[in-house]
Amino acid sequence: MTITSPNPARHIVQPAEPAALRIERLNVWYGKHQAIRDVSFTIPARRITAIIGPSGCGKSTLLRAINRMHDLTRDARVEGSIYRGEIDLYAPTTDPVWVRRHIGMIFQKPNPFPKSIFENVAFGLRVNGYRGDIAARVEEALRKAALWDEVKDKLQQNALALSGGQQQRLCIARAIALEPDILLMDEPCSALDPVTTIRIEDLMIELAHTYTIVIVTHNMQQASRVSHYTAFLLAGEDRTGELIEYAPTRELFLRPRDRRTEDYITGRIG
Amino acid sequence: MSESTLAQLATSIDRREWVERVLTGTQRIDRLRRVRERTILTFLFLAALISIGTTIGIIYTLGIETVRFFQRVSIVDFLTDTQWTPLFTEKHFGIWPLLTATILVSVIAMLIALPIGLLSAIGLAEYAPDRVARVLKPVLEVLAGVPTVVYGYFALLFVTPVLKRFIPQLEVFNALSAGLVMGIMIVPLVASLSEDAMRAVPQSLREGAYALGATKLEVVWRVVVPSSLSGIVAAFILAVSRAVGETMIVAIAMGQVPRLTLNPLVAMETMTAYIVQVSLGDTPHGTLEYQTIFAVGTTLFVITMALNLLSYRFLKRFREIYE
Amino acid sequence: MTEREFDPRLPLRKRLGMLFGLLGAVAIAIGLVTLGVLIADVIHDGWRALSWDFLTSYPSRRPEQAGILSALVGSFYILILVALIAFPLGVAAAIYLEEFAPQNRLTATIEINLSNLAAVPSIVYGLLGLGVFVRSFMLGRSLLAGALTLSLLVLPIIIIASREALRAVPPSIREAGLALGASQWQTVRLFVLPAAWPGILTGTILALARAIGETAPLITIGALTYVAFTPQSLFDPFTVLPIQIFNWISRPQPAFHERAAAGIIVLLAVLLLFNGLAIFLRARLQRRIRF
Repeated sequence: MTITSPNPARHIVQPAEPAALRIERLNVWYGKHQAIRDVSFTIPARRITAIIGPSGCGKSTLLRAINRMHDLTRDARVEGSIYRGEIDLYAPTTDPVWVRRHIGMIFQKPNPFPKSIFENVAFGLRVNGYRGDIAARVEEALRKAALWDEVKDKLQQNALALSGGQQQRLCIARAIALEPDILLMDEPCSALDPVTTIRIEDLMIELAHTYTIVIVTHNMQQASRVSHYTAFLLAGEDRTGELIEYAPTRELFLRPRDRRTEDYITGRIG
Repeated sequence: MSESTLAQLATSIDRREWVERVLTGTQRIDRLRRVRERTILTFLFLAALISIGTTIGIIYTLGIETVRFFQRVSIVDFLTDTQWTPLFTEKHFGIWPLLTATILVSVIAMLIALPIGLLSAIGLAEYAPDRVARVLKPVLEVLAGVPTVVYGYFALLFVTPVLKRFIPQLEVFNALSAGLVMGIMIVPLVASLSEDAMRAVPQSLREGAYALGATKLEVVWRVVVPSSLSGIVAAFILAVSRAVGETMIVAIAMGQVPRLTLNPLVAMETMTAYIVQVSLGDTPHGTLEYQTIFAVGTTLFVITMALNLLSYRFLKRFREIYE
Repeated sequence: MTEREFDPRLPLRKRLGMLFGLLGAVAIAIGLVTLGVLIADVIHDGWRALSWDFLTSYPSRRPEQAGILSALVGSFYILILVALIAFPLGVAAAIYLEEFAPQNRLTATIEINLSNLAAVPSIVYGLLGLGVFVRSFMLGRSLLAGALTLSLLVLPIIIIASREALRAVPPSIREAGLALGASQWQTVRLFVLPAAWPGILTGTILALARAIGETAPLITIGALTYVAFTPQSLFDPFTVLPIQIFNWISRPQPAFHERAAAGIIVLLAVLLLFNGLAIFLRARLQRRIRF
């Protein structure tokens, strides 16, 4: 089903599958500058959705709006709604801390805490008052992140001693230890080498069986490799990002409906 | 060509022409300039060497009189005798009364300065909005700029009478008032150094913690403070060093009677106050009394140097993590 | 995995967070309130003793006639002398370390020494002055000995502040000078130094402000606490304002305490002037220089 928005230049295909998140008319400002305008689309559950676009188009801004990271930025303002089930994440009664506990985030540059590997993964569990066996959950998370075998004998070692790829997988383990239903990934591989990137991409595909994944990437090959759905964002003259096209990945890359999407994919812009 | 015309030349004459002139017709001036510049450079270098000279001067001055002191007093007595009475007829030279007084007042000062300083730093760095912090910080720094005589006055003539209303057995000269006031004086030092340490923690670490559903308090206590611990410890150690070396507050408000005690409500004398006491009197060069102030001074110097070195070690470890 | 395995206690955690924020505010308030109380107390105690006579009389055995003239004059002379000695030496050392010093062991030693010296208790400088200037140089308990001692004390401060000012000058200015054919020293003198001037001046003024308030080192080198004359030469004994204040505090009569408070008001006013001057200069001069 194709929904045509008021701006006929936009092509947004809403997936027919069950939705994990429904974003409605999302707008974000930094001070006086509007970073993204009227973004609306649905993110399907247990699929990988990629957000692509040239730099500065608002991809990260959009991603960070989902887990209310903009609350931490002094001048940032968000309008609109993001529905997780029945609950609007931006309702006045919704606690941002609660939002972030259920929506995990992996950052562009791996950011493990200067603590032991074990304590890194256990951090979220401790902070959120986990009452079960922490060690068991840590192991489970590290296994799911495909890191267990490499670190099982050195859990007390400082996490900063790990390689870049291992640190990123540690950050993934840290996030999934809380069993969020949605994982946000902000260019998770851009700081890593190609071999490690492939490993993390494989991990992503594996994780998508359990979690909904939204990934921001400037690497189109990566988007076409791993994602099921792709959203294309572009900023106009006013440097405000808008959602131009949203469709299943194959469709977007093989038969882009918007001229601008086609230009971006073929490298003519961005 | 004089120096002052160089600036004009730089803008009006082609560089090549200038160089030609120097090399062909005016070589003598060029050589003269070089000699003059070499002398200037030597002066600059010697000025820089003064710092080494000062350190050598301190070590030499303290050392030579301390050696002379220990030629007349046994070092065992110095380190073990529990009385310090070099100015009385029956002389004892045990450093402990002075040392414990110094330690006692420093401990009281630290009990004030460390928590208040650290909490202020956290409040300013992590909680206060930018505009508020920018105003509050310099105002707090004023505390550090007030001369210590003024703090001494405040301790003796305001704090002690006020405290006496709650603690009737408080003596006029006591370690408690001096320690409290000293603590407040040191708060800006702890606050500013701790804040520097916390600012060095990258924002990405905070974001990672927030993204796991931590509250602001948890991000501060479980991530920021542990990550900047070496820097904070370095700040604490430096604060102790500052307290140990403080002179006027203790000279005014603590008393000039050396006494080995742990009771903060009575008068006692610190190492620094002793040096002031002797300096106020007439102590001719070469007498044992004169040499005592250097022996005490050396002890003071050794302790503060050791603390400063320790603080520097922690600071280095901290910088290594974040650079 | 179910929600029931977690006990998030969000309301409690939030309340703890607010409590902690309150604690931080209280901590900051304690510092500010103490400062306010101190200033109020001093003014309350001493304003009655402030008068023109107070500023122009010598100290006396009778508190009603005691004034701070000798102390003011002594402080003034010390200030001038320290400025004349420490400022050129400090700036020179800073220029050397920032612009000319090679990266070798000697330079590293100098820098380690500098940071150590900044943390040495001021009374140790007094002992240094006593041993070297008063005794070895045979200057006695004179103005000159006091000025030299204080100069050594503030020298590291001036050097550190000047270095920061020099470091703040962008490298492009140095490159421009060198490209015009100027030697390194000419570049520093004509291009870098003028740009760093506001920072250097500000740092020096603040260092001198610190020197005015110093008591312990001058007591140690023998500055007198009861001086009923003004020094006529560099080799005369002297006193300074903080020492005069200290002397009056040490007397038992409350009338002298009132004088001490008045002296403190004068001292704080002078310091306010200095700090205000430093801030004003920094603002004024920085506007003229544009990179």
